[in-house]
Amino acid sequence: MIEVASIRRGLVVDHITAGKGLLIFNKLNMASLNCPVVLLMNVPSQRMGRKDIIKVENFTEIDTAMLGLIDTKVTVNIIENEHVVEKIKLAIPHEVKGLFPCGNPRCVTNIDAYVTPTFHLHDEANCSYTCEYCEEITKVEIR
Amino acid sequence: MVNLVGRHLISPNDLSLEEISTIVALGQNMKRNRADYAELCRGKILATLFYEPSTRTKLSFESAMLRMGGSILGFSDASSSSAAKGESIADTIRVLASYADVAVMRHPREGAPKVASEYSTIPIINGGDGGHQHPTQTLTDLITIDTYIGRMENLEVAFCGDLKYGRTVHSLIETLARFPGSRFHLVSPEELVLPRRLKEHLTKIYGCELIEYRRMEEALPHVDILYMTRIQKERFFNEADYLRLKNSFILDADKMKLAKQKMIVMHPLPRVNEIAYEVDDDPRAVYFQQAELGVYVRMALMAHQLGVANQ
Ligand SMILES: [Zn+2]
Repeated sequence: MIEVASIRRGLVVDHITAGKGLLIFNKLNMASLNCPVVLLMNVPSQRMGRKDIIKVENFTEIDTAMLGLIDTKVTVNIIENEHVVEKIKLAIPHEVKGLFPCGNPRCVTNIDAYVTPTFHLHDEANCSYTCEYCEEITKVEIR
Repeated sequence: MVNLVGRHLISPNDLSLEEISTIVALGQNMKRNRADYAELCRGKILATLFYEPSTRTKLSFESAMLRMGGSILGFSDASSSSAAKGESIADTIRVLASYADVAVMRHPREGAPKVASEYSTIPIINGGDGGHQHPTQTLTDLITIDTYIGRMENLEVAFCGDLKYGRTVHSLIETLARFPGSRFHLVSPEELVLPRRLKEHLTKIYGCELIEYRRMEEALPHVDILYMTRIQKERFFNEADYLRLKNSFILDADKMKLAKQKMIVMHPLPRVNEIAYEVDDDPRAVYFQQAELGVYVRMALMAHQLGVANQ
């Protein structure tokens, strides 16, 4: 197996459903981070069979809302001095701002660039959100 | 104590039942004693921001402000406004808010008045945003019910016509559902039934009883209120369906014979052919009075928002 050294300070996004690592890497703009990033794909896992992992050194801020929308099975470990100091369990976000557009073509958020699309969780089971402005429901699938 | 000073009105849900009753009561008083209120808004300005034309709503608001001694300014066409030059709603409203004391906004985009309210220093009234909300139409309907039936609870209400896209129907039914004890009779072609999500909302949240019909005649004998709406030809897949169905949703003198003696027929207007002209002479037809009452309820609303209601 490929060995990746553990990091001193940073974060490890673990238990990513195999195949979603690259999506997370892209959606969280990790290519633009000015620090070392490793994306591991198809890593053997006792619990999951296979999983993806992302390690970021010297960086501990992460968009947990976007992460929760993509994959709620993910865990985020915050590392200080080579030790896990915080484990963040991801959940589907209840309030979302600016992460996806409203599915209603008549909605004001789709024409007025000044307005940030804002949503409240409608139904966790199918990941649908109610628009703050037009009140229509949008089913979300981050791809 | 009801306090609406400085508040926006984007959806009927922005108002508590007590606030609705207070606005309606003031509207009734204004109708009875109009002269007493003729100077109430002296020095106040209403801005009418109509990004799409709606002559009735605009004139109703303008009449309301003029009848209270205030002034009006505004535009009635987006192509002549800054929106045509690509200005954001936020920028437009931040400027216009300094020109007036209260504003009504009509916009084809759903949620636009809500955006305006987030940047406005003066109260914003939603004058209709696409297929979303039109709260002063709902207030107009409620003051009409109050006038002719005398209560807003324990009503038997039939809604007839296009219940799928009919924004006025959705707002009114959801607001009436908040008052206790009413039953709703839904008369529409299968293609234009009330949206499933709204039905679930009404039955689950408010415990409403909904009864569906395909023919108006079956619902008519039971109701205190018949709320008629227009069925647009474009809503049908083909001409044959439209022709086959449209007569079942036209109210005429014969059908009125099936209705109770004490009931009312309402319509948000404009009517096309869904109510035969012969019904106009029936004392139970109140749709023209409904339009008149709309002015008084808008007067009452603005007086509350401007903080002059108790003067
Ligand atoms: Zn929307």
